[in-house]
Amino acid sequence: MSNIPAELRFTSSHEWVRNEGNGTVTVGISDHAQDLLGDLVHVDLPDVGDGFTAGDEIAVVESVKAASDVYCPVAGEVIEVNEELEDSPELVNTDPYGDGWLFKLKIEDEGEVESLLDAEGYEQSLDDE
Amino acid sequence: MTNKTVLHAKHLEAGAKMVDFHGWEMPIRYGSQIEEHQAVRTSAGMFDVSHMTVVDVKGEQAQAYLQYLLANDVAKLTEKGKALYSAMLNEQGGVIDDLIVYYFACDDYRLVVNSATREKDLAWLNQVAADFKVTLTERDDLAMIAVQGPKAKAIAESLFTAEQNAAIAGMKYFNGVQAGDLFIATTGYTGEAGYEILLANEKAADFWQQLLDKGVEPCGLGARDTLRLEAGMNLYGQDMDEQTSPLAANMGWTIAWQPEDRQFIGRDALTQAKAEQTEKMIGLVMEEKGVLRAGCKVRCEAGEGVITSGTFSPTLGFSIAFARVPLEIGDSAEVEMRKKWVKVKVVKPTFVRNGQSVL
Repeated sequence: MSNIPAELRFTSSHEWVRNEGNGTVTVGISDHAQDLLGDLVHVDLPDVGDGFTAGDEIAVVESVKAASDVYCPVAGEVIEVNEELEDSPELVNTDPYGDGWLFKLKIEDEGEVESLLDAEGYEQSLDDE
Repeated sequence: MTNKTVLHAKHLEAGAKMVDFHGWEMPIRYGSQIEEHQAVRTSAGMFDVSHMTVVDVKGEQAQAYLQYLLANDVAKLTEKGKALYSAMLNEQGGVIDDLIVYYFACDDYRLVVNSATREKDLAWLNQVAADFKVTLTERDDLAMIAVQGPKAKAIAESLFTAEQNAAIAGMKYFNGVQAGDLFIATTGYTGEAGYEILLANEKAADFWQQLLDKGVEPCGLGARDTLRLEAGMNLYGQDMDEQTSPLAANMGWTIAWQPEDRQFIGRDALTQAKAEQTEKMIGLVMEEKGVLRAGCKVRCEAGEGVITSGTFSPTLGFSIAFARVPLEIGDSAEVEMRKKWVKVKVVKPTFVRNGQSVL
């Protein structure tokens, strides 16, 4: 079964969000998503400084099997991207909630994070797939 | 209905992710597909290929039958155990399937054909056989395990009996021999050395386990696809089909035009296709980010083409593909990737052999 940490928030399109508590969040893709994709070979990350709103295409993860868009889960400005992924995209497979994070956002409205799915809600959405 | 090979339980036991492969429930990967790929390039991996269809062809007209059935000429086979790769064409010169034929004697051959095309292959084999004194026997009593990689032969040999090792001693590439209860062949679909082993269904799980215990990595269809593509080997249904001429699928070398008086199915259509040929198959290399994929459009000065198979090459670290393109293509082209046109290099459709880049 796929791993769904209780302290994270999720989208039904398989992004996870960690509220870092200082007006910033860290974003990645879920264990379920990496398992569906299989071995990642490229990750295209956004530029630091760019602003996005929820639902925007913000990154691309590409595996041996398929390329998949990553959608921005909450509005914000990109303050950091995981540069390790340039040479080691497999970190997303081996540690999706840790070393395999994708980018960090400075957000405007923490309420947007709260309105995302919690672990239970995400698990429910997987069951419905 | 979904078919299962006799190794199905072994795959589940190993935690394989199973997929439906043309009616067969097969492992796509056990863990990381790229690690499975690397195991075959650097050590030893094994594949359950029991879904493939094995047909024994016997009878006084076996040779005449196969000479008529196949675009390659089985008369080239004179040493016992020697194998030949061939296309089986329809009257229009399209490819019904590609296969391997093993020669034991002029009245005794073995065919290994694809699983995805099993029904139509068997129907065609039987239809053509009606005019010949031959007996066809499908060997669904046999399982098949491919052990591939630089260490594969040594590991497999450590499991063979002394008699079996004597039987395969000095056996060259593309040969097969019945040795005790195993049929051992030096064939494969990876570009590495190794064996393809046919054995009785009821013995397959034990043999698989013995290979596992020797450290051979189980590999799924995912790794099989990246390995064969790197090695420059076609996949039926993707790189050629009944609408594709073998000439446009890099299979020209498998057609035996000589002797001229050998009539084989599709010969007339093929002769005409050769005179009118406008397309060929080439390899593409893209060293920037992204993965070339089947169906992507290709354009060059000479016209348009299409990618038939594309993937990320784990050995090379970038994307490679086969494409069917105009004959006059130069040494570069463009591919449409996610709505952008990206420049790619045109190369011969073989990328890796024995663990090394051949680019």
